[in-house]
Amino acid sequence: MEQKNHINTFCLVKNGSISIDGTISYENRSLPAADFIKSAYKHFQINYPKFYKMDQLSRLAFLASELMLKNNPIAHNNAAGDIAIIIANSASSLETDEEHQRTISDKNNNVASPAVFVYTLPNILIGEIAIRNSIKGENTFFIFDKFDADFMSGYINSLLNSNKIKCCIAGWVDFYDKNYDAFLYTVEKDKGKLGIEHNSEQLKNIYNN
Amino acid sequence: MEEEEFNNLKSQAYILADNIISPLGFSSSENFEQLKKMQTGVKRIIDPNLSVEPLFAGIVDTLKLDIEFQKLNTQNEFTRLEKMVILSVTDCLNQNQHIDIQSPKTLIILSTTKGNIDLLESDDSSKFDKKRVYLWETANVIGRYFNNPNQPIVISNACISGVLAIVLGKRLLEENQYDTIIVSGADVLSHFVVSGFQSFKAISSEIAKPYDTKRDGISLGEGCGTIVLSNSIQKVINKQEQLIVKGGASSNDANHISGPSRTGEGMILAINKTLTESNMLPTEVDYISGHGTATLYNDDMESLAISDSKLDKVPMNSLKSYFGHTLGAAGLIESIIGLHSMRENTLIGTYNYSELGVTMPINIIKKTQPAKVNNFLKTAAGFGGCNAAVFFQKVQNN
Amino acid sequence: MDALIDQLKGEIIEQLNLEDLKKEDIDADATLFGEGLGLDSIDALELIVLLEKNHGIKVANPADGKKIFQSIRTMAEFIQANKK
Repeated sequence: MEQKNHINTFCLVKNGSISIDGTISYENRSLPAADFIKSAYKHFQINYPKFYKMDQLSRLAFLASELMLKNNPIAHNNAAGDIAIIIANSASSLETDEEHQRTISDKNNNVASPAVFVYTLPNILIGEIAIRNSIKGENTFFIFDKFDADFMSGYINSLLNSNKIKCCIAGWVDFYDKNYDAFLYTVEKDKGKLGIEHNSEQLKNIYNN
Repeated sequence: MEEEEFNNLKSQAYILADNIISPLGFSSSENFEQLKKMQTGVKRIIDPNLSVEPLFAGIVDTLKLDIEFQKLNTQNEFTRLEKMVILSVTDCLNQNQHIDIQSPKTLIILSTTKGNIDLLESDDSSKFDKKRVYLWETANVIGRYFNNPNQPIVISNACISGVLAIVLGKRLLEENQYDTIIVSGADVLSHFVVSGFQSFKAISSEIAKPYDTKRDGISLGEGCGTIVLSNSIQKVINKQEQLIVKGGASSNDANHISGPSRTGEGMILAINKTLTESNMLPTEVDYISGHGTATLYNDDMESLAISDSKLDKVPMNSLKSYFGHTLGAAGLIESIIGLHSMRENTLIGTYNYSELGVTMPINIIKKTQPAKVNNFLKTAAGFGGCNAAVFFQKVQNN
Repeated sequence: MDALIDQLKGEIIEQLNLEDLKKEDIDADATLFGEGLGLDSIDALELIVLLEKNHGIKVANPADGKKIFQSIRTMAEFIQANKK
């Protein structure tokens, strides 16, 4: 009865390094978090002006999803409504929350910025990935103290096995107080190029490497 | 079909208890009684800590909250949000002795958009560790209070969080790892949230008027709603009649991060998937509790989606003019009111609604009225382009 | 007027995070929304913030934005007409 699902591509962004499917594709260990993300965006010559309007958390998620899906796109036979995006982190949108709070607490100039406020929700990054890739399926943003491979793999496998979804972009995208950590991956029933079995052990192996 | 029915039977998500903490009361029945009389909890507020200008919002009385909380006789310090959740869950536990919150088979799901965000600006913040603004820590504090052995799951997905949390609860019960799931949703009103919605020019100059020609924006609110789900029919108190979560789904517009879709396509997808999973035809739906924020674009979008889903004849209301928009609590609070509509066969009129002012004709309930309610659909939409729906059904035993 | 237009171009690039653009890329008469700069509803709200923060002018009704924000030139004209 238990069917196997597969991790068909993944991207890790942390410590000044970006790797796709286990191969390092960009490194710059000297730059602070925000500059590093921007430098990678430029390095890979991604052309998406909206990137500059995003907060750091969404930029990080966008970058990871873009690099991952560029080489290993989701199979075309998946309908937009059958692709899910399920992502988690620890700090929610605290980085931008604090920016909004600073603005409204400024006694001399306390006009809130709608462009900042809209990013005080972590699931906006799901929206950004959905817009970029025309993905219309299930979306959920979870908050855990650290990446919970057991819960994530269990829940996503159950959604695939009950045919509620056909494919999922999943992972962990965290950005707060100069620290950043992104691990995105796709899960599909069919075995793709990479074709690692989707389970908790494999996720932990990839994430901790 | 027989096999399908069998499958449905073995994995039902029964509702064991529910609670609402709002300006209208601290129990579901108190709240429902007020709504039957069409009494709103949204008031004109003058509080410079929230807003320079006067504001229409639904605010939970702090004194009452503290008095109720003191009755629990606990030593530790809790935030405003945590007090609401603890009181709400406690009321559920008192309603049904079969709920064992300390069991390893019981899981807590917390739905919140901003959690303890008020700590960023409050004088209280010194009482609490900085860690307390992390949503997982807020949830852990609540889990520890009740001695629940499992790490709570937190959903923070804008204004669909509450509906998503109920759907997640049903799905996790089907996996059989847990037999009881406590789904609680809460958010508090803060300068943080008010100033943001003001910058969006989204706040109504009066109490929100959902679906009305004169609507001009939202009213904000705060509160908490809790639903306890179980896969065991033995734990249901009313043996003649059970309420179940039948299905649910979410979707994304893939269109804009703040503006609602102009076509309603995302909402249509969430509704269709929910009805299909629930084995329901649009004609079988008795009642829809809409999102109904009373912004120009949201309500128009909903009318398109409801009409396209062939639900335009189904009686529908919005409860945002009673509670305000309670963000992460909204999906829970509004679902619970719907559950009481099913139990009492009474549909609640939409406060402050007088004339339909949306793109497509839909059937908005004006006055509270008796009606048979066996099949109930709750919808929600939110920033990030997200939509969600959940379907509840009344099952009667002969 | 030209100085104000030039100043506005700089303010808009900064406020709306249009990092790919330089002042000379923006035509003072080009439409800001839709085809032109491709701005959206959040940008429109940000322009209202810009008027308030940088120029001390409050736009009470966001619907008025449609007229004011047709182009950089209409914005400059609005600022001049409403300067205290």
